[in-house]
Amino acid sequence: MKTTIIVNGRLHDIEHDARRTLLETLRDDLDLAGTKKGCDHGQCGACTVLLNGKRVNACLCLTAMHDGDQITTIEGIGSSERLSALQKAFIEKDGYQCGYCTPGQIMSAAAMLRELRNGAPSYVSEDLETSELSDSEMAERMSGNLCRCSAYPLIREAIAMAAEVEK
Amino acid sequence: MRNFEYHLASSFKDVTNGQIIAGGTNLLDLMKIQVMAPDALVDITRLDGLSDIQVEGKGLRIGALVTNTALANDARVKAGWPLLSRAILAGASAQIRNKATTGGNLLQRTRCPYFYDTSQSCNKRNPGDGCAAKGGAGRMLALFGTSEHCLAAHPSDMAVALTALEAEVEIYNAARETRRVRMQEFYQGPGSRPDVENVLGKDDLITAIVLPPPRSGERQIYRKVRDRASYAFALVSIAGSVAMRGETITDLRLAYGSVAPHPWTDRDVARILKNQKASNELFQRAADALVPETAPHPDTDYKRILLRRTFIATMRQLTGLSDPEGSDIARTN
Ligand SMILES: Cc1cc2nc3c(=O)[nH]c(=O)nc-3n(C[C@H](O)[C@H](O)[C@H](O)COP(=O)(O)OP(=O)(O)OC[C@H]3O[C@@H](n4cnc5c(N)ncnc54)[C@H](O)[C@@H]3O)c2cc1C
Ligand code: SF4
Ligand code: FES
Ligand code: FES
Repeated sequence: MKTTIIVNGRLHDIEHDARRTLLETLRDDLDLAGTKKGCDHGQCGACTVLLNGKRVNACLCLTAMHDGDQITTIEGIGSSERLSALQKAFIEKDGYQCGYCTPGQIMSAAAMLRELRNGAPSYVSEDLETSELSDSEMAERMSGNLCRCSAYPLIREAIAMAAEVEK
Repeated sequence: MRNFEYHLASSFKDVTNGQIIAGGTNLLDLMKIQVMAPDALVDITRLDGLSDIQVEGKGLRIGALVTNTALANDARVKAGWPLLSRAILAGASAQIRNKATTGGNLLQRTRCPYFYDTSQSCNKRNPGDGCAAKGGAGRMLALFGTSEHCLAAHPSDMAVALTALEAEVEIYNAARETRRVRMQEFYQGPGSRPDVENVLGKDDLITAIVLPPPRSGERQIYRKVRDRASYAFALVSIAGSVAMRGETITDLRLAYGSVAPHPWTDRDVARILKNQKASNELFQRAADALVPETAPHPDTDYKRILLRRTFIATMRQLTGLSDPEGSDIARTN
């Protein structure tokens, strides 16, 4: 079957089997290997991408269901020559050890900062109307991204640093 | 994953073409390990009229495709039914909530580990197969409402909130009729057919959830106890909404999660509490009525203690006996 998706601003026509997940399409059909496969079951966040601007797990998306949709991957938010604020902050703060979870962490953090700016509450927000980027808010809002190396404190520091830059 | 035919639904009648897929966060997970292996999928995500939240009288009609994120963030929901926002935000991760839908959340399957393991016997996956959880490991299993054929619990947080809020499920069938079923009557216990979990017929489509008018002035809580602070299913949860006059409980709605094959309610407990002055002694007495004397599986014996303590702590928070500050409390206007 055939599906058209827009990845990092470029249109792609994909010929694929009905079973193809968006994660497989990105990595194997489009050679965008920045997006990682960890668990393949929605449990780790390594495959996080933006689908029409919202963070989702690409492993739990069927390519067939996303005809016409816009996808942003880690390759779409910066390059080695021109790093995004989050990428710079992860390097600066050493927000990783092995780096396997990092693309997912960065994509998730990019969406998370936008959600916060738009006033979205989290489970730990004291009231549902206003929340600020405290350490506990960040831990809760980033809980869909596991880090096997447990670099969590430095990941949160990196995100806090990028949030400051973006202000 | 076993291969399947993919159909994109363009009208309600197309849902008869196969197994419905919405967010896919539960169904694809199960298809990857062949716990579910439908011959055909019907993608309902592009159907018109299922993706918005409309005012209906003083209540709300929430389309079946409204995402968990959109529902939790809706200004009307946050103001009038904060317990629903809290319960949704307590579940899964931001990534999953962005995809998960209102209809799909209600129909998510159990987290019993033997249901997920196709090398084990499971009456829910394969009726008549037996139940490997009996004599196996079972700390996620239910306390109430089980049968000899299945001991599994329903994992949804959102469904517990909707039960406490006395919502209704709107269902469209192949004969083009629409009916509404109260949350309390939507799910079915396992009996001899644990594979049948609710009143939906084969080709039924959930079109919406309907919330009754907000219970203004009531204090609302969703309290969830789990193995880690975030991104974990509940061991026990309680959704509560309580009206007080002075120190007296004048009205209340309670539902209990992850302790039964569906959100659990108990009329006797509500009767014990209603029109009584809030006190620790009263809550102890209600807990005696709520908590069963034995657990259906030795591994869930701890849930009796956990449910009791969670119940008392929740009632103290709801009635102002304890400091109401805390992340799981919300007040209606
Ligand atoms: C890692 C992980 C952690 C999670 N943690 C939690 C948690 O803590 N708390 C919690 O409550 N949930 C949790 N979930 C479950 C999550 O909430 C559900 O997967 C999600 O809500 C299902 O919605 P969906 O739209 O993706 O459903 P789908 O996967 O698309 O569908 C689920 C089922 O519903 C049927 N269906 C869907 N829509 C309709 C409709 N309109 N009419 C009729 N049938 C329909 C489908 O046929 C399918 O059988 C977790 C999931 C994952 C993967
Ligand atoms: S408890 Fe239910 S879901 Fe678990 S193995 Fe037994 S029959 Fe299957
Ligand atoms: S690979 Fe998708 S969540 Fe783990
Ligand atoms: S840095 Fe190794 S998994 Fe996160």
